[in-house]
Amino acid sequence: MKLSSKIYSGIIFCFLFAPIAVLLVFSFNEAKSLSVFSEFSFKWYKELFNDSNTLGALKNTLILAVAATVISSILGTAAAVGINKIRSRWYKTAMNTVTDIPMVNPDIITGISLMLMFVFVGRLFGAATSLNFATMLIAHVTFCTPYVILQVLPKLQQMDPSLHEAAMDLGCTPIKAFLKVELPEILPGIITGAIMAFTLSLDDFVISYFTSGTGFETLPIRIYNMTKKTVTPKMYALATIIFFVTLTLLLISNVIDNEDRRELKERKRLKRRTDK
Amino acid sequence: MKNSSALKTHNSYRAALAPYSIWSVLFVIVPLIFIAFYAFTDNNFAFTTDNITRFFTATSNILNDDGTTKEVRTYVLIFLRSLKLAAISTVVCLILAYPIAYIMSRAKPKTQKTMVTLIMIPMWMNFLIRTYAWMTILQDSGIINTILGNLFGLEPFHVIGTETAVILGMVYDYFPYMVLPIYSILAKMDGKLIEAAKDLGCGSFSVLRRVIFPLSMPGVISGITMVLIPSISTFYISQKLGNGKFFLIGDAIESQYIANNLHFAAAIAFILMIILLVMMALLKYLTTRFVYGGDSR
Repeated sequence: MKLSSKIYSGIIFCFLFAPIAVLLVFSFNEAKSLSVFSEFSFKWYKELFNDSNTLGALKNTLILAVAATVISSILGTAAAVGINKIRSRWYKTAMNTVTDIPMVNPDIITGISLMLMFVFVGRLFGAATSLNFATMLIAHVTFCTPYVILQVLPKLQQMDPSLHEAAMDLGCTPIKAFLKVELPEILPGIITGAIMAFTLSLDDFVISYFTSGTGFETLPIRIYNMTKKTVTPKMYALATIIFFVTLTLLLISNVIDNEDRRELKERKRLKRRTDK
Repeated sequence: MKNSSALKTHNSYRAALAPYSIWSVLFVIVPLIFIAFYAFTDNNFAFTTDNITRFFTATSNILNDDGTTKEVRTYVLIFLRSLKLAAISTVVCLILAYPIAYIMSRAKPKTQKTMVTLIMIPMWMNFLIRTYAWMTILQDSGIINTILGNLFGLEPFHVIGTETAVILGMVYDYFPYMVLPIYSILAKMDGKLIEAAKDLGCGSFSVLRRVIFPLSMPGVISGITMVLIPSISTFYISQKLGNGKFFLIGDAIESQYIANNLHFAAAIAFILMIILLVMMALLKYLTTRFVYGGDSR
């Protein structure tokens, strides 16, 4: 790499990591100041773990993310299997388009549109508050599932279709053939898709903001409410923890992806050898 | 025998796709119809175009610099401001992102991987926190002004509450979305093309203009889309970094939602959706026209 390239990359990465570095450093500051570092301490972390509202929000976020991940992984995997093999051209195009919508649409539109529908349906049944955990879960599954499909679909397309047929000829039911043949092959895709869904759900603010009632507060909504007033470094401590958790998840999914790719390469090489 | 098992398989694929099909109709398509429905109805769900008319005609007074007031069309002004700030942010993102994407694509495979991860890491930090962090950095009592003040005795720069701060926030938040698509196209590009162009007498700039840039156009276009759409519709960034002075279209939707004016909020969202669709169609038309030389595939 040329020196000028190195300098430019350095500047860009400084720009990208400056705010994160500031957060990290000042979460360990003894004083409340966000510009002068006085002394290293875990004070704000201790305070964070004594804040029952934030801990409650953390619990809510995790429950929601786990539920959304499980549902969207199952729904998305089944959908990918269907899209991959469905014969009707029209159906396939329709499903691909509909999968793109939540990813292309601005979050605010997705959030508002779901909220309007929930409010309308709630009114129809005469419910006092129509936004609750269930509406949020529906919203999260809706925006997470397309990412699962996009991770699983390429894995299915790489597969040899005759393997499934062979399993069926040997007496497997379609479901059994799927469980024994396809599932092990596409598992890495499902796992990376699930991790993506989990992090997206953890991180989402805009859609949650519009589809959550007053009773169910997730962490990003809690952060939003905290930043309406002046913020204590407690929020920085929270940000630091979230940062390391998501970083770990990202690294795990990278490792899974790498191993999967390596295995694929190995198999191709073996195949070439046997073809000879 | 073979046929019946193939049929069975095909039916089970249909069954596998059914739940997601139903889900998509119920929670993707129908909600979008609800936006239009709310936009064109009043509180009693009777048809009206008042919400749309209100968007284009509502006025308010703003204070000029010389103390006089001026009557402006509130929401039209907000919309144009959103478009302007989003366009500037997108251009700045493109100018900053292209060189780094190019540098990444020419680096060693291992370095490439590390750099991609580094670009992605800030994306996994909640955008509220990222934005808030910039606010504390840029404040009059923030870290930059404190350092400048202590070292050089400078008066604090007032960055918060300017359009520059809002643009900075947008560029920062959406920068990775510009880098990654451009990088993925450039990384796949055949290096021999550059050598060939050089052999045929192209200078470095000429290679960039005539070979690299045109070939990377699909990445540039998807980068533009991925930055433009969220920055037009964002809220929060302008509230925090613009000090609430630069109301954007997202803020307008949010404030109507908070005020429980759902029909007007839907009207703004509806207009935003239409404008975005037109913009996307235009972008697609321009790409097929000028990038693929009119061969619309």
